[in-house]
Amino acid sequence: MSTQTTAQTTTQTRVEPEAGQSAAVTYAPVAENIGAVLTRGDRPKRPSPVAASTAFGWRAMLKIKHVPEQLFDVTAFPIMMVLMFTYLFGGALAGSTEEYLQFLLPGILVTSVIMTTMYTGVAVNTDIAKGIFDRFRTLPVWRPAAMVGYLLGDVLRYVLASITMIVVGLIMGFRPAGGVVGVVAGAGLLVAFSFAFSWIWTMFGLLLRSEKSVMGVSMMVLFPLTFLSNVFVDPATMPGWLQVFVDASPVTHLVSAVRGLMAGAPATGEVAWVLVAGAVIMAVFGTLTMRLYNRK
Amino acid sequence: MDGRVTDLAVETSGLVKVFGDTRAVDGLDLTVPAGTVYGVLGPNGAGKTTAVRMLATLLRPDGGQARVFGHDVVREADAVRSRVSLTGQYASVDEDLTGTENLVLLARLLGHRKPAARDRAGLLLEAFGLSEAAERQVKTYSGGMRRRLDIAASILSTPDLLFLDEPTTGLDPRSRSQVWDIVRAVVAHGTTVLLTTQYLDEADRLAGRIAVIDHGRVIAEGTPGELKSSIGSGTVHVRLRDPAQRPEAQRVLTHALGVPAHAEADPLAVTARVSGTGSEYGAAEDASRVLAELTAAGIVVDDFSLGQPSLDEVFLALTDRPAEPATEEAAA
Repeated sequence: MSTQTTAQTTTQTRVEPEAGQSAAVTYAPVAENIGAVLTRGDRPKRPSPVAASTAFGWRAMLKIKHVPEQLFDVTAFPIMMVLMFTYLFGGALAGSTEEYLQFLLPGILVTSVIMTTMYTGVAVNTDIAKGIFDRFRTLPVWRPAAMVGYLLGDVLRYVLASITMIVVGLIMGFRPAGGVVGVVAGAGLLVAFSFAFSWIWTMFGLLLRSEKSVMGVSMMVLFPLTFLSNVFVDPATMPGWLQVFVDASPVTHLVSAVRGLMAGAPATGEVAWVLVAGAVIMAVFGTLTMRLYNRK
Repeated sequence: MDGRVTDLAVETSGLVKVFGDTRAVDGLDLTVPAGTVYGVLGPNGAGKTTAVRMLATLLRPDGGQARVFGHDVVREADAVRSRVSLTGQYASVDEDLTGTENLVLLARLLGHRKPAARDRAGLLLEAFGLSEAAERQVKTYSGGMRRRLDIAASILSTPDLLFLDEPTTGLDPRSRSQVWDIVRAVVAHGTTVLLTTQYLDEADRLAGRIAVIDHGRVIAEGTPGELKSSIGSGTVHVRLRDPAQRPEAQRVLTHALGVPAHAEADPLAVTARVSGTGSEYGAAEDASRVLAELTAAGIVVDDFSLGQPSLDEVFLALTDRPAEPATEEAAA
């Protein structure tokens, strides 16, 4: 066997069917055309952090446009959550489902959106596995821009999930005393906190080896964090040791703050607590994320 | 920092990268002159990818120094990033996006405004023969098209130095030669290309100089001509009809070429290196003399070929042992 054939058999392992793609069949690189592209490179100034982050955010939007199925978890899943828990617990816990809904909706909204944050980590991890990260990391742009881009796309998802659930709630009989302003303020606080909270998952997305382990860790954190809170029942009925955990949980404070805003009786202390917690989470996990991003 | 005038695109000394127990790159010294194609030749696991990733600022070296156009890859990473581009072994384009969207995104990230970004994307797609596929998602592209888009994405920034990490691995022969033409066009325009490959013929066709690396260090360096004359210009491969005739065939080859002929693992095959330095016709004359003598000796030959030395033979000649494929490269 000649070495020529050896070389070719190894390179032919992935011969792609190009028949019918006339451009590929007839393509012959023309040096002048490629040279023309290289010459026209009057290198522009590097983009500002905002411009770079917006460009990455645009990528996230494009991915939603091309793979709209991924919106399933911010539309169908939240609807299912509202229906399931309202009709499952409503009669037993509050006497009527309609009454329970007034209590439950802000909480289940928080639960659903916070649970959606884990997909940020999955998206980061998938991109690393595919190698596109190498491209981004060799670009001379503001370093956190790629991460901020993911989160901008995710903010859109959080907003969509919130709108879906509030609309379903209104149809089912949710009547918030805070009116439009209260509901929008509550949802806004939730989305802002979720943006900060997502930095935890960008860190895990960079840290863990596979998509599955990111999902696993996310569930381990998110299930207890959302269920062991004041979302479904009043914590006063829980054993003392559990109350300690529940009272310290950011989800509990977030739910109280959102409930207050939507009910037209804003709990200023809770809102402040949530904003400070969000800032701390972002400072800690944002720093860790960027450290991993630069080291990887 | 820009003040240092240098004609060297890459300059490394004693570069080291360790993964666990493996010294993936182990004291690598490279000097790549600007404006040329420089080939880094080595088997899987030799440390090619790891070295390129360090030079492209993707990995932090554990020891030694590396400069790209005079800028230190660790301390002046941003300055390096603004002058280099990398096309890795695994396509670094977004499969969910279309060809146009991929390039527009990168153009915007390089600071072009949206209309200019679209302009530039269109121009590149045209130059790389991807205009018809521009609005299709990349996941529908063939391997060759994907690789072309990947290289297009890399030259979008008009880099001064382009790293191509095994650019033709996994491509069919036609796509390979398209990539080769692209490389020639890029370098003709003044961009330095550092190309890693497992194929000697690829390095030979494209590179002005070649470094052969093994276990993370350079074991030979020079022009393709220099390298080939040190290892012989080719190899004669003979496949017999009757395995019983092999010892006789080996004797004939050894006698005709003046070098020992090797019995291969295949019981019908014999190979021998030809120097080709003895006559103006080079290796071909040696080969034709071998064939004539085999026929005269009554040995039936089913297959006869004269090929360039394979990477294995290069390694055999340089290290007295064959190239060992390792698996660390994938992890790097």
